[in-house]
Amino acid sequence: MYAQMVKSTGEGVKTRAEMSPEEAAFQDRIDAGIKIEPKDWMPEGYRKTLIRQIGQHAHSEIVGQLPEGNWITRAPTLERKAILLAKVQDEAGHGLYLYAAAETMGVSRDELTEQLLDGRMKYSSIFNYPTLNWADIGAVGWLVDGAAIMNQVPLQRTSYGPYSRAMIRICKEESFHQRQGYDIMMKMAQGTAAQKAMAQDALNRLWYPSLMMFGPSDKDSVHSAQSLAWKIKIDTNDELRQKFVDQTVPQAEYLGLTVPDENLKWNAEKGGYDFSEPDWDEFFDVLRGNGPCNVDRMEKRNTAWDEGAWVRDGLMAHAAKRAALKTAAE
Amino acid sequence: MSTLHDFALRMGDSTLILGHRVSEWCGHAPVLEEDIALANTALDLIGQTQLWLGLAAEEEGSGKTADDLAFLRDAWEFRNALLTELPNGDFGRTLMRQYLFDEWHLLMLQALQGSSEKRVSDIADKAVKEVSYHVERSRDTVIGLGDGTAESHKRMQDALDYLYPYVGELFTPDAIDEAATNAGIAPDLASLRAPYDAALTATMAEATLSLPDSRFAHKGGRTGKMHTEHLGHILTQMQWLQRAYPGATW
Repeated sequence: MYAQMVKSTGEGVKTRAEMSPEEAAFQDRIDAGIKIEPKDWMPEGYRKTLIRQIGQHAHSEIVGQLPEGNWITRAPTLERKAILLAKVQDEAGHGLYLYAAAETMGVSRDELTEQLLDGRMKYSSIFNYPTLNWADIGAVGWLVDGAAIMNQVPLQRTSYGPYSRAMIRICKEESFHQRQGYDIMMKMAQGTAAQKAMAQDALNRLWYPSLMMFGPSDKDSVHSAQSLAWKIKIDTNDELRQKFVDQTVPQAEYLGLTVPDENLKWNAEKGGYDFSEPDWDEFFDVLRGNGPCNVDRMEKRNTAWDEGAWVRDGLMAHAAKRAALKTAAE
Repeated sequence: MSTLHDFALRMGDSTLILGHRVSEWCGHAPVLEEDIALANTALDLIGQTQLWLGLAAEEEGSGKTADDLAFLRDAWEFRNALLTELPNGDFGRTLMRQYLFDEWHLLMLQALQGSSEKRVSDIADKAVKEVSYHVERSRDTVIGLGDGTAESHKRMQDALDYLYPYVGELFTPDAIDEAATNAGIAPDLASLRAPYDAALTATMAEATLSLPDSRFAHKGGRTGKMHTEHLGHILTQMQWLQRAYPGATW
C-alpha cells in the first residue's frame, strides 16, 4: 500500500444514533462483511476518502517506476534486466487497475493525473528517495514492496469491491517483487566486499523511509478511525509497522546486515521488537515537497505528460477520423 | 568462429541494443498504456537476447555466457544493425524505429522458423509470437500518428526521413550472411526486401506518410566495420557494473 495520511471526513465516526437510516444500513453491510459495489448507495465521505486513497496508491505505482527505471539500463545481467523490466511493467499495470477502480467512483484517470501533476494529490513518500547503488533495487523489492504487501494483504478484504479485487491481483505480483528483491540482497550480501558494502549502504538509507511508509502513529487520528470503521483501512499504522519490523529484522540478520537502529531489541514480553521511530520531521518535510527527489520526480512526470500531448492528440484525432469514416460508410 | 556463432551474435546484438533503447523510456511515456507496452517490448527483446547470445556463447565454446557477450565486449565487437542504436528521439521516432525494425524482424523470424539449424528455429518459433504483436502495435501507432494531427504527421514524417537510410543495412548480405544462407541457417537477406517494401508501402499509405526516394543505406553495424558514436554511450551505461566490479556475481 502506498497511501499515507489519507484524509477522511475529518468529523470522526458517527454513532448509530447520529446516522441516517441509509448510513446505518450502509454500516450494517460493512459490518457484515458484504462488499460495496459501484452502483450501491454510499456516503459522500466514503466515496471521497476512497478516491483519495486509491488515487494516491495509483500515483505511487506510476511515480514508483522512476527510481527503478533509474537502474534498468544499468542492470548487471540480462536476467536482472528482464526481471526489473517485468516488475516495472507490473507496476504500471497496477496503476492501471487502480485508476480503473477509482473510475468506478466517478473520477476519470485524466482528472486524477492532473491532480498529481499540479500537486493536489500525493504519492507515497518512499518514492522521493533516490536509488543510488544496485543494491537499492534489491532493497526496494525487499523493504518497500515488503512494506506495501504488509498493507495490501489486509486490503484484499477492504469493503469496496473493485478496490478489493484490484488488491487481490496486485498482491500476487507484489510477493514475486519482494522475493526478487530479497534474492538480489542475498547475492549482494554473499558477494564481494564491495557488494556487501552496497547492500549495507542501501539498508542504511532505506530502512527509516520504509518505516515511514506506514504513516505516523494513528492512535489519535480521526481520519484513521473513520477509515477503520468503513473497512477502507484494516489495521492501524502502528500495528503494521510493528509487524513489518518483526518480519524484516530476522531477514536482515540472515543476510548478515545491520539494521541501522541502536535501540533495536527483542522484547519477549510483547513478542516483538522495540525499535526507534523514524524522524517524523523528515517525513513531513518530504510530504511538503522537500524530499531528496520530489522536484525531480514531479518534473519528470510533468515532462512526460507535456511532451506526450502531441501523441495523445494525434491518436485521438486519428480515432475521430476513423469513426467519421465508419459513420459515413454506414 | 562458426557461421552459426556469427549469425546468432548479429541477431542477439540487435535485440539487445534495441531492447536497451526501448527500456530507456521507462516511466516517461505519453500515456500509461504506452509505458506498459514499451516495457513489454523491451522485455521481449531482452528475453530473445538471452537466447541468441546464449547460442552464440555455446557455439564459441570457450565457457563464456550470454552475459559475458553482452557486458564484456567493446563497441567494435558488436554486430547490431545501426538502426537499433540510434537515439530514441521523441516518441514518434522511437515508434517509427520500432516499426521499421519490426517488419524486418518478423519476416526474418518467419523465415528462420524453417532454418536447418534446430536451435535457430526453436528461438524463432518463440520470438515470432512476440514480434507479431510488436509489429501490430508499432504499425498501428505509426498509422495513428501519421494520420493524426498536422503536428503528429510532421513529426512522423521527420522520423521516417531520419531513419530510412538505416533500413538498407538490414537487407545487405555480406560473406557471413551468404554462408548462413548456403548452410540453410538463414534466408537470403535480399529476398526479404520485396515483402518488406510491400508492407511499408501499405502502412505508409495508410499513415499518409511518404517513403523517401533515396535508397542510400548507412552500413557497418552488422559487419562490425562501422558504428555510430551512440553505441559507446549505450555500452558505458549498460556495462558499467560488470566493468567496475569484475568477477562479481549479481
